[in-house]
Amino acid sequence: MRANPDRPAVRPYRASRAHMNNQSPTTDHQSPALHGVMAEFTQPEQLLSAAQRAYAAGYRKLDAYTPYSVEGLAEAIGFCKTRVPLVTLIGGIIGALTAYVMQWYSAARDYPLNVGGRPLHSWPAFVPITFELTVLFAALAAFIGMLWMNGLPRPYHPVFNAPEFKLASQTRFFLCIEANDPRFNIDEARQFLQGLNPINVSEVEK
Amino acid sequence: MSTEVQEPIVAPGYDNESVTRKITDVVLTRPVHRGWLGGFAIAFLLLMMFNYAVAWLLYKGIGVWGVNIPVAWGFAITNFVWWIGIGHAGTFISAILLLLHQDWRTSINRFAEAMTLFAVACAGTFPLLHLGRPWVFYWLLPYPDTMGMWPQWRSALVWDVFAVGTYLTVSLIFWYVGLVPDLATMRDRARSKFLQLIYGVLALGWRGSARHWKRFHVAYLLLAGLATPLVLSVHSVVSTDFAIAIVPGWHSTIFPPYFVAGAIFSGFAMVLTLAIPIRKYYHLEDFITIKHLENSAMVMLATGLMVAHGYLTEGFMSWYSDDKFEIYLTLNRMFGPYAPAYWLLVTCNVIVPQAIWFKRIRTNPAGLFVIALLIQIGMWTERYVIVVTSLHRDFMTSAWAIFHGTRWDWMTLIGSLGLFATLFFLFLRVLPAISISEMRDLVHKKAKAAA
Repeated sequence: MRANPDRPAVRPYRASRAHMNNQSPTTDHQSPALHGVMAEFTQPEQLLSAAQRAYAAGYRKLDAYTPYSVEGLAEAIGFCKTRVPLVTLIGGIIGALTAYVMQWYSAARDYPLNVGGRPLHSWPAFVPITFELTVLFAALAAFIGMLWMNGLPRPYHPVFNAPEFKLASQTRFFLCIEANDPRFNIDEARQFLQGLNPINVSEVEK
Repeated sequence: MSTEVQEPIVAPGYDNESVTRKITDVVLTRPVHRGWLGGFAIAFLLLMMFNYAVAWLLYKGIGVWGVNIPVAWGFAITNFVWWIGIGHAGTFISAILLLLHQDWRTSINRFAEAMTLFAVACAGTFPLLHLGRPWVFYWLLPYPDTMGMWPQWRSALVWDVFAVGTYLTVSLIFWYVGLVPDLATMRDRARSKFLQLIYGVLALGWRGSARHWKRFHVAYLLLAGLATPLVLSVHSVVSTDFAIAIVPGWHSTIFPPYFVAGAIFSGFAMVLTLAIPIRKYYHLEDFITIKHLENSAMVMLATGLMVAHGYLTEGFMSWYSDDKFEIYLTLNRMFGPYAPAYWLLVTCNVIVPQAIWFKRIRTNPAGLFVIALLIQIGMWTERYVIVVTSLHRDFMTSAWAIFHGTRWDWMTLIGSLGLFATLFFLFLRVLPAISISEMRDLVHKKAKAAA
């Protein structure tokens, strides 16, 4: 969480002011207060090719922000595999076992009820609830797992400080090279992003 | 056919900005109009009537409904099956059509999912009230109680608890996951601090990161994959409430598929009943086009034919079974005391939908609206006929009786419509009724394809 809650979420263009004050940008590079450098695009295709070029240029701590799911973008920044399906599968298996063991234990062990000599372990009758709980647990696992791995809910994040970032949920496409990238150098990153034809490049504070 | 111009699923000329504006403006900037207020007032009055009828029921007991032995199920189960069937179209649209890459679902899936949730909420009240002592509903659940008892796992009624509970939960998750990116849009567009806070909390801090989108997308597809067999299972389980009993007219293997088809049939009728006024009143004709209405109508026609086939098969099987109780039941349905209800359902569910074969009718919103209403009446009547005619003349003539809904029955049924409509009116005012992020993607793809 941020130290001063009174500061507005969207900050004015700090970075350019720093340049106007003739501060050496290389000292900024050491500053722990920088999250990264952000470029803003108008079209998803521009962002996609920008992301590919940034990855090709050796940047690894990258993230892109878009108002809808852009195909191939996650792969372009080097994020290919997600464990959401695995978590969902595990959830489903736990659901199936829970349901079946619960029914078997209660109907055949804990409270055996002899109804005209019919089998106590009557597995066909246990199928519907086993199916339903499999689906229920798998869906809950997919939901909670997705949020958990995404680190949500998270009310504050440095990228919300970027100018015009409100548009990331509406019309614009953003690419951020993060300061914790081993290759990160603020001037190089800035120049590199400028070369990708964005409508705006800005530095994002932590 | 080939010379016809393909109706678009979204009007041309939209971009990210205008799509976002058009959908969020309905909630954020549009003032409350008299039309909405009037509709909401009527719905709310009906909801109050529902509360009144339920309060009386709780005070007096379920005898105030016309149910008794042999017709112990009456309106409550009819309403339950009807409402839960209506919900099925929402899941069908959001899950099955997603997996089948039907991109026309994009502009109707959000409110169809909302429809599902509210319909399942209405449905859930009836079996609970029908318990007689709804305050001990938790006896249906497996928990370590002092009585040392467990639910009866071999009973379809217990399967129902799990099926409907799972259905409600999974539908809610699916709807909410789809809403998260749109709630972020609402947060970023809202001007008042209060709305920013509310939408901000609900959006969970969504920032549209590519990694997040990837996991979101995978999770969304998985949820769709899970919801697909679920939607088929729920009405199958509901149908086993009937099918595993030995009552003539119920004890039939055709019930699960026949119920599922009927559910999607009535659900699409409800989708049209909601979509036609919404697109007109909120000027969303560019997003919910004639193509959507036409496609929904064709799904209705197809499932309607399956239902008609179910009726024929039922009749054939009772003749072919050579079982005198089955044959008597079929004749009694057609010509007995409930014959008017039977012929009403045949008219509404078999004859009326045939009008959809005509292009002029299925592209006419007013005509479709009327057909959709008639189908919903027909599908309610169908469940009424299934429940009541089978029970009222059981095997022993000494147990025969005639059932008619009391005024409390009708008040709860009509009141449940008020509950549904109230929730829906509120939904339209507080949440984006169309998925904004999916619409942006669709508009972009259409623009690229056109270029």
